[in-house]
Amino acid sequence: MALIEGIFEPGLVVTTVDWVLNWSRKRSIFPMTFGIACCAIEMIATGAARFDIDRFGSGAFRATPRQADLMIVAGTVTFKMAERLRRLWEQMAEPRYVIAMGACAISGGPYHVHGYHVVKGVDQVVPVDVYVPGCPPRPEALLEGIMRLQDKISTHTIAKR
Amino acid sequence: MTPSDIIAFLQQHHAESVVSAVADGPYPHALVKAEGLAAVAAFLKTQPRLRFDLLRCISAIDWPAKNNIELAYDVISTSLGHAFAIKVVVDRADPRVESVSTVWPAAEWHEREAFDLMGVEFLHHPDLRRILMPEDWPGHPLRKDYQDIVEYRGLKFNP
Ligand code: SF4
Repeated sequence: MALIEGIFEPGLVVTTVDWVLNWSRKRSIFPMTFGIACCAIEMIATGAARFDIDRFGSGAFRATPRQADLMIVAGTVTFKMAERLRRLWEQMAEPRYVIAMGACAISGGPYHVHGYHVVKGVDQVVPVDVYVPGCPPRPEALLEGIMRLQDKISTHTIAKR
Repeated sequence: MTPSDIIAFLQQHHAESVVSAVADGPYPHALVKAEGLAAVAAFLKTQPRLRFDLLRCISAIDWPAKNNIELAYDVISTSLGHAFAIKVVVDRADPRVESVSTVWPAAEWHEREAFDLMGVEFLHHPDLRRILMPEDWPGHPLRKDYQDIVEYRGLKFNP
């Protein structure tokens, strides 16, 4: 439910507040410290000096889901992990976003056929905003994923949910 | 000690437990009766001339055609620098063997793994629970005839 829905004509005021909100939101997407397989190594590389995720305002990896905006599912999701992953996602404050990083998180990847323990895609467990393919994706690809997420955030408006 | 010395020594002291032995090749080992495993393990660890103080690995191999499960215990001696292995064969329908975790504490987790993935029951193990799969998982995934699950707690295996 939007606070000001129907009070104003959709015009200058609303657009400006949207713009400011989205601008600040998309430049401070704090990811959760959370890596579950080999893709996490590339996520760590993305956070380090060479690729420097801080340029996008996403360098503050939070150690608690309650302070995080973004869950980067970097790795293989097992059936045992799926429940924990879902619980972490539920503990995140809204607005919250999910990036499925790597073939494993997207579809089970190398374990698609013979992985007796692997969930075939994390989108069965939590809603995914951006898919970053690769095995593992290069850090540039993850940064690209974060930029696509920023694009998505900039289309949000407080007048509509 | 060379593998053949170890085998000769073992046969001398535990003749009733040693079924057969291989001294040459890449994997020298002795096949031991399941009933004698605990005694042989303790002997390997404490005998001053053997001193196998480190259990490197416990491997379980499923042989559906022979209807048995083979367990291989790889041991080395950090002080004397020699290595050896003992094997035990258990029935596939009801695999049971004495735990060696009182001899080598490292065996505790290896045995839990063999229990989890192969379904081998280790008698007198202090804490025989699944170690990798969830507690309520059906079956033992590394058995050759294991069938994939259809669904686990509402998640489809093949969506
Ligand atoms: S997609 Fe490849 S690199 Fe990433 S977690 Fe899976 S196996 Fe590892």
